[in-house]
Amino acid sequence: MTEINPNTPMEKMTIGGDIYEAGNAREFKTGDWRSMRPVFDVDKCKQCGLCFPVCPENAIPVGKDDLKRKDFNFDYCKGCGVCAKVCPFGAITMKEEGV
Amino acid sequence: MSIRERLSGNEAAATAMKQINPDVVAAFPITPSTEIPQYFSTFVDNGLVDTEFVAVESEHSAMSACIGAEAAGARAMTATSANGLSLMWEMIYIASSLRLPIVLSLVNRAVSGPLNIHNDHSDAMGVRDAGWIMLFSENNQEAYDNTLMAHRIAENENVLLPIMICQDGFITSHSIENIELEEDSEVKKFVGEYHPKHYLLNDKEPIAVGPLDVQSYLFEHKAQQAEAMKAAKDVILQVSKEFEEWTGRHYGLFEEYKLDDAEIAIVCMNSTAGTTKAVIDDLRNQGVKAGLLKLRVYRPFPGEEVANALSHLKAVAVLDKADSLNAAGGALFEDVTSSMYVAKKQVPIVNYIYGIGGRDTTSKEITTVYNDLQEIVNTGKIDNPYRYLGLRREEK
Repeated sequence: MTEINPNTPMEKMTIGGDIYEAGNAREFKTGDWRSMRPVFDVDKCKQCGLCFPVCPENAIPVGKDDLKRKDFNFDYCKGCGVCAKVCPFGAITMKEEGV
Repeated sequence: MSIRERLSGNEAAATAMKQINPDVVAAFPITPSTEIPQYFSTFVDNGLVDTEFVAVESEHSAMSACIGAEAAGARAMTATSANGLSLMWEMIYIASSLRLPIVLSLVNRAVSGPLNIHNDHSDAMGVRDAGWIMLFSENNQEAYDNTLMAHRIAENENVLLPIMICQDGFITSHSIENIELEEDSEVKKFVGEYHPKHYLLNDKEPIAVGPLDVQSYLFEHKAQQAEAMKAAKDVILQVSKEFEEWTGRHYGLFEEYKLDDAEIAIVCMNSTAGTTKAVIDDLRNQGVKAGLLKLRVYRPFPGEEVANALSHLKAVAVLDKADSLNAAGGALFEDVTSSMYVAKKQVPIVNYIYGIGGRDTTSKEITTVYNDLQEIVNTGKIDNPYRYLGLRREEK
């Protein structure tokens, strides 16, 4: 699919805003939408694996080899807090952004 | 070879749908279009079609299911009237903006309130600027024929817009008239198969439909819809031409009845055109040069063609079967007069709001309109361009 940006003339745009390829959400960094920031406490984390499947933005990276979660990818984390809610060990706390 | 039958307007629409055999029909019953999904569900039960019939819980869901089906790559149809269309309102815009060629049978009825289940055009007029192609049908034959042409128009790659086929509630939908049907196999050949270029169930090309369209993009997408609507005019004419080659029945953007040499004329849509034709025949016998322009294609509005067709007249009356309640005339009147103005064709024009809530419009009343037009021709004066036909008023 051709690149579509705010300078693309209407004739070159897809109809209805359709996107004819997959996996392009990573081109749009949504981290700056965040008002609350999850803080990851690596010492409290038991690597139980409950947090990353519930992240709507796939913003909790997991190591390919050690299968352990790493710190958040703040380019995409919107600060929704679902991960903090699901964590049984208090390893994720939500802090106000910019304070 | 055509088959002679006698069917109501609803039966005609349902028969066309049976012959088209769409992938999905999602509908919720509402008077006076109820019979269309009712008949169609019997076709499904009797195995006459391969359609997935979705018995939804509301019209909002009916249109939503059609949108989902079309986006998935299927052919989807539905039917509704009045408040059913009102409940679809949100999804009507989604369907057209996502460029999904859904076919909707709209059996015209007054939008409540006060509660009324009878015919006028207020439902159609409420969505006239929603990006749907709108064809109007004088009788059961036209409702059938327009439905057979609908997919070819809507699915054309220069168009890709949803389409609604309108017919008058009860007057057409529940009257049984003679009709010529076409053979199933011939319909199948004419309508063809639907192979969209992009669709959700294509595993070779994963796509996203309906993403967020921010300030940098929505304007251009709306302009694309407007361009598609303009392009639809030629496609409608082309499909109508092919239809005529097949069936012998002629369709244009509008029908001109004794308009060529007319001095005064009425512009109207749907079943009233039939009454008007009878009145014209009468008046012609008396030497009155009366004519009719019956609009078939309301969206896209063929402004230039309408202006040209009316330019030689001495007076015109536009009949609106919906009151826009705006102190500036009905929707059809506004479309016709603005088209005339832009085309620099100056003809005295008056507007009549008529037939609201299923009020009968008789040949006697249509005759009074032509009498009024003759009066305008004789005096050159229009005291009030915004008029009513058949409204009870206190004597002055």
